[in-house]
Amino acid sequence: MSINPDQKLNHKLFDKTMEVASMRRGFGDGLVQAGAADKNVVALCADLTESLHMQDFKTKYANRFIEIGVAEQNLVTVASGMAAMGKIPFAGSYAVFSPGRNWEQIRTTICLNNVPVKIVGSHVGVSVGPDGASHQALEDIAIMRALPNMVVLSPCDSIEARKATIAAAKNGKPTYIRLTRDKTPVITSDHTPFEIGKAAIVFKSAQSKFDIGIIATGHLLYRAMLAAKLLEKDGKSVIVMNLATIKPLDEHAIIRLAQETGAIVTVEEHQITGGMGSAVAECLVKNYAVPIEFIGVKDQFGQSGTSEELLAHYGMTEKDIYAAAHKVMLRK
Amino acid sequence: MALTDDKIAQLTKKAAEIRRSTIESLIEAKSGHTAGSLGMADIFTYLYFHKLKHDPKNPSWSYRDRLVLSNGHICPGLYATLAHAGYFPVSELKTLRKFGSHLQGHPHREYLKGLETSSGPLGSGLSQTVGMALADRIDNGKSSGKQFYCLMSDGELNEGNTWEGAMLAGKERLQNITAIIDRNNIQIDGFTEDIMPLNPLVDKWRAWNWHVQEINGHDFRDIDRAIEEAQSVFDKPSVIIAYTIPSKGIPDFERKFEWHGKPPGTPEEIEIALKAVRTWGGRVKSPNDSDK
Repeated sequence: MSINPDQKLNHKLFDKTMEVASMRRGFGDGLVQAGAADKNVVALCADLTESLHMQDFKTKYANRFIEIGVAEQNLVTVASGMAAMGKIPFAGSYAVFSPGRNWEQIRTTICLNNVPVKIVGSHVGVSVGPDGASHQALEDIAIMRALPNMVVLSPCDSIEARKATIAAAKNGKPTYIRLTRDKTPVITSDHTPFEIGKAAIVFKSAQSKFDIGIIATGHLLYRAMLAAKLLEKDGKSVIVMNLATIKPLDEHAIIRLAQETGAIVTVEEHQITGGMGSAVAECLVKNYAVPIEFIGVKDQFGQSGTSEELLAHYGMTEKDIYAAAHKVMLRK
Repeated sequence: MALTDDKIAQLTKKAAEIRRSTIESLIEAKSGHTAGSLGMADIFTYLYFHKLKHDPKNPSWSYRDRLVLSNGHICPGLYATLAHAGYFPVSELKTLRKFGSHLQGHPHREYLKGLETSSGPLGSGLSQTVGMALADRIDNGKSSGKQFYCLMSDGELNEGNTWEGAMLAGKERLQNITAIIDRNNIQIDGFTEDIMPLNPLVDKWRAWNWHVQEINGHDFRDIDRAIEEAQSVFDKPSVIIAYTIPSKGIPDFERKFEWHGKPPGTPEEIEIALKAVRTWGGRVKSPNDSDK
């Protein structure tokens, strides 16, 4: 097996007994831990407290929790004011509304002010499922990474969501954390290293020369690893990278991956336009140009369906990643 | 601190100096917002020279009162006030809107000490003030000695974000918030009641559980009485609707919405403006006046 042992991933990975867990639960647990570690951590929510798993924080630290109501512009501007007084606010909602509806307020009152508000956006991607297109955030990475001072985090599972939350509480910067609605495969373990700004190699074939590099963010990392296994069956040697921090980009690791593999596939549940793949391409075109294929949504809105149906329809399964890898290798 | 007749005379003189500095910096910058900057000069003066707990030599003093300028476009008035209060040299006002200046076209907190927030895009200041007051209450309970002021324009009340903040302040009973609305009845495209009517404005704020007062925004006694009342109200945020005259201090420009977003530009306009502000609204003789 080509799983990188240094990453101490879930030992049940690819096993039938592999757990699935909620990233929102991971965030909620991380928020309580961050709140215990620092009394300046406060939380605000726009009428989605249970859905965002902010209930435990609210129960434990009632005087540090503000219920904003359905008002996302207010959610982030109030958070900005609290941060100006030394607080570390976590502002939670669905990503379509925050950072979607309130983008300008985030730009002016959080990024231009340069205060450490944490925007937590759940329900990203088409895997939101039956709620349909209006609730499936597919543009959040693009609009957040375009903002100066903003850090953009996209954890791959529940455990990484918890670690990202705890790390964000300490980074002193405006930060966006994107979360998936569905329970997703538990890829990492409590012992997997996590550091904002560091990419991680999670899968590496035993060869010394590599045919293809796959960079994935969010829960699709699991699909990327399934695709890597399929590619290995074809005799291809593969490296898979987990890019949990989209900004600041770990340019060093990405350039090295391009040098080692000579062809890249990027994988994200987001519009291809302006997303993680775009960030990778900006880096590589400037530093070490290699052919790239992008897995993501192709300038479309989603629709209702099951998460599995939608990921298949919009071309974001392991089969799509596998096909994209073969395609990009031909362009070497 | 009582507002004595002597103090009123001092504040009146200071407001005249601030109006003069404001218009001189706008003329030098060749762009910027005249009407609101001059209209709020008396309230800026009252706050920074009488009421606010602040220290120009230590702008980040943690016990200071907080003043959020939500309608950031009237920053020439705030900059002139901060300069006269000692935050930076008055001579720096001539760098307004120029490259490398601390005095950005709209307030940018990272460029100038003494600004609580960056602003310009309208409607977000009240919510930030609410956040500050909430954070302070978490730390200090209801007995905090700090006051949280938010200055807003009437035009920016068109923004929904303002009312979201108003709703939350009413819900949370944030008694140490005093919002002051520059009720000058103009906005860029015309008179507020033609563009998007705000009246009955008092009723709107009362409906969100605010204590509401209406005052003459150029009368220091009226300003003082209203602020004192606002801060004696228990368990409610306060809003003061301050009726002001846009471009107050330059009689030829007063009450005209055309002066919302531009400075005096032609040689004639510049002469009219400078003469008015340099002679205290025409109340003393200009050095250029003939004796005829």
